[in-house]
Amino acid sequence: MSRIALRGVSKFFGNIPVLKDIDLDIASGEFCVFVGPSGCGKSTLLRLLAGLEEVSAGEIEIDGLLVNQLPPAQRNVAMVFQSYALYPHMSVYQNMAFGLQHRKLAAGEIEQRIAGAVRILQLDGLLQRRPRELSGGQRQRVAIARAIVRQPKVFLFDEPLSNLDAALRVQTRLEIARLHRALGSASMVYVTHDQVEAMTLADRIVLLQPLAGRTDALSVAQSGPPLDLYHHPANRFVAGFIGSPAMNFVEATVKSLCHPGVAVDVLGTIWDARVSSRGLMPGEAVTLGIRPEHVLLGQGTQRARVSHVERLGELSHVYLELPGSGTALLAKSPRDDIATDELLPFDLPPQAMHLFRSDGVAQARYAAQQPADPAHSAFP
Amino acid sequence: MPEKVIRSTFSAVPLRGGLAAQRVRRAWWMAAPMLLVLAAVGGWPLLRTIWLSLTDSELSRLDDYAFIGLENYIGEYGLLASADWWQAVANTLLFTGLSVSLETLLGLGVALLLNQPSRLRTLLRAALLVPWAIPTVVSAKMWSWMLHDQFGIVNHQLLALGLIATPLAWTADPQLALFSIVLVDVWKATPYMALLILAALQMVPVDCYEAARVDGVPRWQVFRRVTLPLILPGILVAVVFRTLDALRVFDLIYVMTSNSRDTQSMSVFVREQLIDFGLVGYGSAAASCLFFMVALLSIVAMGLMRKTFERAAA
Repeated sequence: MSRIALRGVSKFFGNIPVLKDIDLDIASGEFCVFVGPSGCGKSTLLRLLAGLEEVSAGEIEIDGLLVNQLPPAQRNVAMVFQSYALYPHMSVYQNMAFGLQHRKLAAGEIEQRIAGAVRILQLDGLLQRRPRELSGGQRQRVAIARAIVRQPKVFLFDEPLSNLDAALRVQTRLEIARLHRALGSASMVYVTHDQVEAMTLADRIVLLQPLAGRTDALSVAQSGPPLDLYHHPANRFVAGFIGSPAMNFVEATVKSLCHPGVAVDVLGTIWDARVSSRGLMPGEAVTLGIRPEHVLLGQGTQRARVSHVERLGELSHVYLELPGSGTALLAKSPRDDIATDELLPFDLPPQAMHLFRSDGVAQARYAAQQPADPAHSAFP
Repeated sequence: MPEKVIRSTFSAVPLRGGLAAQRVRRAWWMAAPMLLVLAAVGGWPLLRTIWLSLTDSELSRLDDYAFIGLENYIGEYGLLASADWWQAVANTLLFTGLSVSLETLLGLGVALLLNQPSRLRTLLRAALLVPWAIPTVVSAKMWSWMLHDQFGIVNHQLLALGLIATPLAWTADPQLALFSIVLVDVWKATPYMALLILAALQMVPVDCYEAARVDGVPRWQVFRRVTLPLILPGILVAVVFRTLDALRVFDLIYVMTSNSRDTQSMSVFVREQLIDFGLVGYGSAAASCLFFMVALLSIVAMGLMRKTFERAAA
């Protein structure tokens, strides 16, 4: 059992709010990822859990035990630092043993635990090396092994992959996912700014937004399973953050409320969006959102000029100039023969639309799932 | 023809006019003025001193001297047979050992205190430098007055507190004089040690401490097993610098106790022979001995430091 509960947790540095009113429950064994742009306080939140920083307000419970006043050592957490924080003058073995030696453990227990961690993380043959004699990936694994041998209830990861190169990041991401399955009951809290890590690793994503001195905003922009955040972003910030390339946003006005859905006017063209019309008024200014992968190219009645094409090999990013405006609409296409200045027919399917009111809050969407892979089926 | 071009481009030996050769030449030109100055103010006097130490030169007849070989060193009345010289060597070593070890311990303590983040830290760091910034002659004179047996504030306060029954002759009593000198040197040089060690402490990565905190390692263990090994190279450098300084100590001892045999250091001995007794040859021999001792120690220390750094870097 290793449930974590946060109740109204806030953190101020001086007078500057960094985290505000965070309510969160992390279930036992859950893989929870804090994600957000830099300055959103995600690392600070992790340090609050670890006890390296003190909360300014609110309560943190681990396993039903209020830990606000407990020093890090008594919280039964282990942390993997962004810089790995290995002791540079100690061997790999000593690095793992150092945190255990002051505890009253049975004879042979330390060796046993280290042997276990070595097996899980494939550190055989590295035990006598110093950190500087290891590659980045090996150091990373030692840092994780040092956390494992402590057998904590909660693992805290602070951007553990950010110092690795792209290929190693993918590999280590898989290892961490495997580790989470292997360790079963321990909860993991993982901080990253990389939404791919968040989407692929998390049982639950907590997307934090920077307060940037605003007092009205809350830190948690949305919290939920990864696909919920992708399909049902609660607001424009979440919609823009999750998904790569980012969602297209187009200014629009509400034309009429139909059932089910809303008709909106974008520069004289009427588009249907299958979202709840609750609370909307005709004539209201709104923002229409659609993900690049949901823009259909090669069909529909509208035509747009291609202003720029980025060919990535597996697919192309096609920038469309919306008729009558300078706004570019980004679409993904499997075709690699689209030329700049071409006039392309395109369509924005109603069930793929997102609609945000002027305060950024999303209208509820009816369509839970998107039509299967429209970008890839748009062209035969 | 193309083959020739390739060979000259990739040749391991820098060719005349090659980029590497140009850089080496430029480096020599840049270093040349400094090398010249060093040769003039360091090399020449040193060679001249060593030469004079092999003669019977005297201050009163500087131009009229004869070469006498190693007579000044190993002759019947040579340096190595002089009890006063060995007394000076012993004084110097005792002074160096006592003051450097006290300064290291105190400096480490002060550095650890200053390494705690606080608003006062910048101010304290500046204030700390004051004793180091005062010219030694001034602070030696100042302490001489404070330690004065009749009018000094130290005796006055100790008497007032009832810690001593009669005034102590801090700088005149043979039992106390060297101890007083060490005390003043510690007062003066501890800040220097503290700042060098503080610099080493601030190089220790903060997240190592945080990792130890999360792991619940007791503070004493963290200091002994993490902090100390990581700052050891820094401490070693500071100790070597201070030791080389202390071996050459002159002004402090000369101002506080003049030529007293009980506290005379090697440098004070050299000055006495050269100036007071006018024995230029003999004094030069003592100066050369001092130089060889310091040079030997420097070489040993440099080798030791290189080994430590290599171990730390390994």
